[in-house]
Amino acid sequence: MSHGISNSSVGRKFLMALSGFFLMFFLAQHLAINSLSLFSKDLFNEVSHFMGTNPLIQFVLQPILIFGVVFHLLMGMYLDSQNKSARPIKYAVDNASENSNWLSRNMLITGVMILLFMLLHFYDFWIPEITTKFINGDWSGIHNGEFRYWEELHHKFHNLVRVIIYCIAFISLGLHLAHGFQSSFQSVGFNNKHSSTIKKLANLYAVIIPLGFIFIALFHYFTSL
Amino acid sequence: MDLTLKVWRQKNRNAQGALEKYNVSGISENASFLEMLDVMNEQLINEGTEPVAFDHDCREGICGSCSLYINGEAHGPAKNVTTCQLHMRMFKDGETIYIEPWRSAAMPVIKDLIVDRSSFDRIQQSGGFVSVNTSGNTQDANALPIPKMNADKAFDAAACIGCGACVATCKNSSAMLFVAAKVSQFAYLPQGQVEAKQRVKNMVQQMDNEGFGNCTNTGACEIECPKSISIEYIAKMNREFLAATFSTSE
Repeated sequence: MSHGISNSSVGRKFLMALSGFFLMFFLAQHLAINSLSLFSKDLFNEVSHFMGTNPLIQFVLQPILIFGVVFHLLMGMYLDSQNKSARPIKYAVDNASENSNWLSRNMLITGVMILLFMLLHFYDFWIPEITTKFINGDWSGIHNGEFRYWEELHHKFHNLVRVIIYCIAFISLGLHLAHGFQSSFQSVGFNNKHSSTIKKLANLYAVIIPLGFIFIALFHYFTSL
Repeated sequence: MDLTLKVWRQKNRNAQGALEKYNVSGISENASFLEMLDVMNEQLINEGTEPVAFDHDCREGICGSCSLYINGEAHGPAKNVTTCQLHMRMFKDGETIYIEPWRSAAMPVIKDLIVDRSSFDRIQQSGGFVSVNTSGNTQDANALPIPKMNADKAFDAAACIGCGACVATCKNSSAMLFVAAKVSQFAYLPQGQVEAKQRVKNMVQQMDNEGFGNCTNTGACEIECPKSISIEYIAKMNREFLAATFSTSE
C-alpha cells in the first residue's frame, strides 16, 4: 500500500491537527453558548433548544463531533504507543527540560485528564439529554412548564465537589490547548513569519477558553448558594 | 580537573549493557570532551581494561561522527556544537558526568557508545539525492537563477551533518528534523523539483519503516541540533509531503 495520509507519520500528524482544529472550533462555540447563561436565561434556553433539536446539528454535526473526539483520542494514543516503542531503552539521565517545555512533552497526561473529565461530563449532561430525547422521545425541551436547559445547568453546579473537578479539568484543557493550538499549525505545515503571532493567539485561546468555563461554573455555584 | 565518569558499556549489539564508573584526574579545562575520553581510555589500557568504544572522526564539528548523550543532553550542555567541540570548561571540578549512547530502536547500540546509524543511510538512499548528469558536460549551477532567500534556506538545511542528535534528544526518537533537512535542501532549489514528490514520499516512508517515532512538536531537536537546523524545515517537509500526497500527478 502506498504511503499516504492515513498510514504515514506525517499524514497522521496532519489528521491529529485537523481533528484538533475541529475540536478547538467546537470548544469556542460551546463557550460562546454557555456564556449566554450568565446574562439571559431565556436566550440560553432558546439557543440550547435550537442546538438540541435542530436536525442538522443533531444528526449531522453531533455524529461528526463524536467521531472527531474518538478519532483524536484513539489516534493520539496510537501515535504515543508508537513513540514509546521507538525508544525501548531509556536514558539513565535525561535533561529534557533543557530543550522543551513540560506541556509539549505531556500531551498524553493532559489529554487523559480531559478524557476522564469527559466521562463525568457525559454522565452529567449528555447521557440525560440522549435519554430524554432518544429513549423517552421527549423533544419538547419543556420541564415543569418551561424550558429545562438553564435550570439543568444551574442545578448541576450546586455541588462544590463537581465545581472543583470541573475547574481542575478546565485547567488541564488549557494546558493541552497551549501546546495543541500552535502545534496544529506546525503539523499542517504552517511555520513562517506569522508563527509568533500564532503562538500568542494560542496562549490567549488556552487562557480564555478554560477561564471562561471556570467563570461560568463558579457563577452558577455562587448564584445557587 | 578530577571527574567521575559513568559510562555506558556494552559488549555488542545483543549484550546487556550497564553504566560503569571510572575516575579521571588532571584533566585540563581546555581539553575537548573527546580528548578527556582519550585520557580515560589510555588509563583503561594501562590498567588492562578494554577501552571504551566511541565514534569520532574529524573532531572539528563537520563529519557528524561523534554522538554522545552527556548529562542528559545530546552533545552535552553546550549549544550548537558537536561533542568534539565541547570543552571541559563546561563542567565543574569533581563533577559526575553521565555518558550514554544515542537511544533509539532505529539506532541500536553496536558497542559501548557507538550506535548503528545506517537507518539514516537508508533514508538518504530512498530519495536524498538529485539525479544529475555528472559525465563532464554538466551545466554550471550558477546558470540557474535562484532567489537569494531560497538559496539561503537550502544551504541552512544542507548544514545537517546527520549526527542523529535530533533523534537522540526527541522524546519520541523521531527523525523528522533530519529527514526534513534532507528533503528541504532540494525542495528549495530548482534542481530538486523534478523528483520532489517521489523524494519526500519515499524518504518519509523509509523513515517510518525504520521505526522512528512521530513528531510531537516539542522543538527539542532544533535546540540540541549542533547545526541549529530549525523545525521550520519540518513544516516545510509536511507541506511537501501533503502536496505530494494530494497531488493527482505522479
